[in-house]
Amino acid sequence: MTAFLAMGGYGVFIWPAYGVSALALIAMVWQSWAAWRAAKKRLEDLERDRT
Amino acid sequence: MFRYANPAVFMRLSGVLLPWVSGAALIALAVGLYLGFHVPPDYQQGMTVTIMFVHVPAAIVAESAYGLIAIASLFSLVWRHPLADTAARAAAPLGAVFTALGLVTGSLWGRPMWGAYWVWDARLTSFLLLLFLYLGYIALWNAIEDEARAARAAAILALVGAINLPIIKFSVDWWNTLHQGESILSGQIASVFLWPLLIMALGYMLLFAALWMIRIRTEIVTRRARNLMQRAA
Repeated sequence: MTAFLAMGGYGVFIWPAYGVSALALIAMVWQSWAAWRAAKKRLEDLERDRT
Repeated sequence: MFRYANPAVFMRLSGVLLPWVSGAALIALAVGLYLGFHVPPDYQQGMTVTIMFVHVPAAIVAESAYGLIAIASLFSLVWRHPLADTAARAAAPLGAVFTALGLVTGSLWGRPMWGAYWVWDARLTSFLLLLFLYLGYIALWNAIEDEARAARAAAILALVGAINLPIIKFSVDWWNTLHQGESILSGQIASVFLWPLLIMALGYMLLFAALWMIRIRTEIVTRRARNLMQRAA
């Protein structure tokens, strides 16, 4: 396990590269999904008020 | 093609496609990650070669997204297509994030291999310019209040900036760069590294496609809501 984390001595560069990639991808998914939910809810509220 | 770009048709089509594309993206990323951490160390780069599996896909998506924005901008300027502006605008923040990821992962790879996080070599500099083009494009959209004028100005910027794409691509051939040359299409990369790379690249592209669709859908729904408000007022 320690050997795996060390990545032949390059773990200090490899793990941040993967960490920042994972964070950015998850943030994009979360933000895009939240914006979609909010926009959809707003339209549904408006349509309900009209009828 | 224009038939599919009608907002109502797009909503229906993307609603069906979205779960499949998202699912495929997740599977590709999971398989790519698994394979990527089971490669043998490269004879020159050791295990830093695993950074390639997040660096190259991010860079590919960053450039492709800009290409898509440029194509959509052309459709917007020439054929005045209603969905083209929406599609171009929705792709920009995603493209900017993928560009930033390409830069950060690249610099984390550069430090152990070249001894520096950053060098002003032609590939790195032209790729940094790509980030500024994205940021300028987003800023321009936000700076102009009249939407039709904003769309026009942003589309022109996107098309002018597209000159940078072939420069990024061929920078490693035209200049003496520290960044390594093309090795995927020319078949120089060993297949143990090629497979995880291709699968990760596929995962990144599918993820981009899914997020792009969600963001276009969001924009369409927001517009509908705005029209309803205006009609009510």
